[in-house]
Amino acid sequence: MSAVTPFPADARPLLEVRQLSQVYNLNRQKLFVPRPKLKVLDSIDFSVRPGEAVGLVGESGSGKTTLTRMLTGVERPGEGQVLYDGVDVWTGGEAHRKLFRRSVQVVLQNPRSSLDPRMRVGTSLLEPLRSLRIEGDHAARVLEVLDQVGLDKNALERFPHEFSGGQLQRIAIARALMPGPKVLIADEPVSALDVSIQAQVLNLLKDLVRDLGLSLVFIAHDLSVVAYTTSKVYVMSSGKIVEVGKPLDLFRTPQAEATQALVGAVLSVEAGLAGNALA
Amino acid sequence: MTSAKPHAIEVKNLEVTNGDVTAVRGVSFTIPQGGRMGLVGESGSGKSMTALALMGLLPMGWSTHGSILHDGVDLVTQSDKALSSRRGRTLSMVFQDPLSSLNPVRRVGDQISSVIRRHTGADRKVAEAQTIELIKQMNLPRPEQLVRAYPHEISGGQRQRIMIAMALACYPQLIIADEPTTALDVTVQKQVLRLLNGAVRDRGSALLMITHDLPIIAAMCDTVAVMYAGRIVEIGPVQEVFRNPRHHYTRGLLDSQPTMDNIALDGSSRLVSIPGMVPPLHSLPTGCAFNPRCPAATDKCRETMPELGSDGISAACWHPINVAGEVAAQ
Ligand SMILES: Nc1ncnc2c1ncn2[C@@H]1O[C@H](COP(=O)(O)OP(=O)(O)O)[C@@H](O)[C@H]1O
Ligand SMILES: Nc1ncnc2c1ncn2[C@@H]1O[C@H](COP(=O)(O)OP(=O)(O)O)[C@@H](O)[C@H]1O
Ligand code: SF4
Ligand SMILES: [Mg+2]
Ligand SMILES: [Mg+2]
Repeated sequence: MSAVTPFPADARPLLEVRQLSQVYNLNRQKLFVPRPKLKVLDSIDFSVRPGEAVGLVGESGSGKTTLTRMLTGVERPGEGQVLYDGVDVWTGGEAHRKLFRRSVQVVLQNPRSSLDPRMRVGTSLLEPLRSLRIEGDHAARVLEVLDQVGLDKNALERFPHEFSGGQLQRIAIARALMPGPKVLIADEPVSALDVSIQAQVLNLLKDLVRDLGLSLVFIAHDLSVVAYTTSKVYVMSSGKIVEVGKPLDLFRTPQAEATQALVGAVLSVEAGLAGNALA
Repeated sequence: MTSAKPHAIEVKNLEVTNGDVTAVRGVSFTIPQGGRMGLVGESGSGKSMTALALMGLLPMGWSTHGSILHDGVDLVTQSDKALSSRRGRTLSMVFQDPLSSLNPVRRVGDQISSVIRRHTGADRKVAEAQTIELIKQMNLPRPEQLVRAYPHEISGGQRQRIMIAMALACYPQLIIADEPTTALDVTVQKQVLRLLNGAVRDRGSALLMITHDLPIIAAMCDTVAVMYAGRIVEIGPVQEVFRNPRHHYTRGLLDSQPTMDNIALDGSSRLVSIPGMVPPLHSLPTGCAFNPRCPAATDKCRETMPELGSDGISAACWHPINVAGEVAAQ
């Protein structure tokens, strides 16, 4: 076997959910009528292997962010399991839970709301080390991570409002990298950015997967962006995984109705110029 | 003044300023009757300020200079009252966020029919019938029930269709759509664009489509103006500008689009991006404002600001890219 493939095809999943379901009680519409229930996640099987970049697409409201909350352990599933390195994160014991919490980090859509505006960037970067009680040379770690995301060290003294959206997303990625995670989960990380800037962030995520051997779970509603960044894509619709495949296959031969809708929604300059984009 | 209306709008040397801050710096373009122009550029380049100046809706403290010829008058010299009586009638606007432009405590049907009554003098019955008809044209389900809904009771895509219905109700000569689908889901986006496309065509209105999304411009417009730091840096027919961009900024925007070919999906491939960011208004670089981000910048670019040429397609660039993709030395 050559070392070209980033992960052995038979490697066991690093982060995995099995038969995961979650039901929310909605507000009562009328008095004396039971509260309606919404099955937000319905028997989800999902996994990512070491060094693998996996995409998750679906229209808004399909349950992507709810699944992210399960994958990061902030919400406990009603049914099913979340496994990190083969061990259940809710029943696997305190030491494993601690390992899981530092090994799976998340980047959210809007860096302006996920970074504290009153905190200097340098302080924000140290935050995860403090809350996870990680020991070591913190100053050296900050410099190492800044270098990985391509930021200058004078960023440390500055405040979030002094940065553009693209730079802030780099900072948010840097913060997620601080604890030395094995899995990075990015929930719509470029949806709020201009296309010209979006490319900077997508390239960075790809570099991190290659250079650090990170696993990436990349979530978006835009299939073309996900396809560019990942090698396997899960399609979600109304709380269910309706299709899994290689990005190019999903594009060329989408099977599920939800996948067909997502593929059909992609606009391109070429189709526009050819006059058939809105056909 | 003649009664002939050669253009839906003719903007000359538009400047939008607030004290010594200038957000729009000498913008000129013309949209013929029924024509469609796209205005494209990254966030912060001055697209919305341009639109708001045309509508006479600039935020407090900002003022307009230059001229905006529309329907036989110069909008820059019109009173607030005169402008207000035009909005919704001869020109109208669809905003990115319909929730902030719809009245939250009025039923959506009443909001549409009051626009019709105000501008056409139709009585209530007629206006209500027209409203139902319009909502049907917007492909919205159960129009009779929908008119009685409040804005928060319907989805984002439905709200945007209501906004479009309202903007189109009086057959305006010009419709300005400022990022009308940016806040919508991708699958809904295409439906709304298709609808806007057809509705504008059916009415023979002209369209100014503002977006940072190049594929939308390619799908809907016949000309495009590329805006950067408050100026138009390239303008011309969409087919020519997008196939053979002359300005390096236009080239950069086109190159950053994710495409679906095999190369782009290869694990080692990298998308082209434009380094850096749009400069803030208070510290614009001298010369060409794009020079700190431009791969072809020279000393001349850093010293002297290039102007748009006067041919049909023109780029404000000292070293434009030619059809073969080469950069002119000059
Ligand atoms: N705490 C909650 N209580 C009730 N419903 C919720 C809650 N969180 C999310 N939902 C609903 O669950 C569905 C899935 O939401 P979400 O996971 O945010 O989708 P996505 O990220 O794909 O847009 C939506 O219908 C949403 O309204
Ligand atoms: N209400 C406002 N007050 C002060 N500055 C503003 C306001 N609106 C926009 N600006 C500034 O004007 C410039 C152009 O903004 P805008 O026209 O909104 O750009 P675009 O629509 O292309 O994203 C930006 O630098 C922005 O910060
Ligand atoms: S004028 Fe110079 S800096 Fe500006 S786009 Fe042209 S080559 Fe680049
Ligand atoms: Mg979400
Ligand atoms: Mg804008």
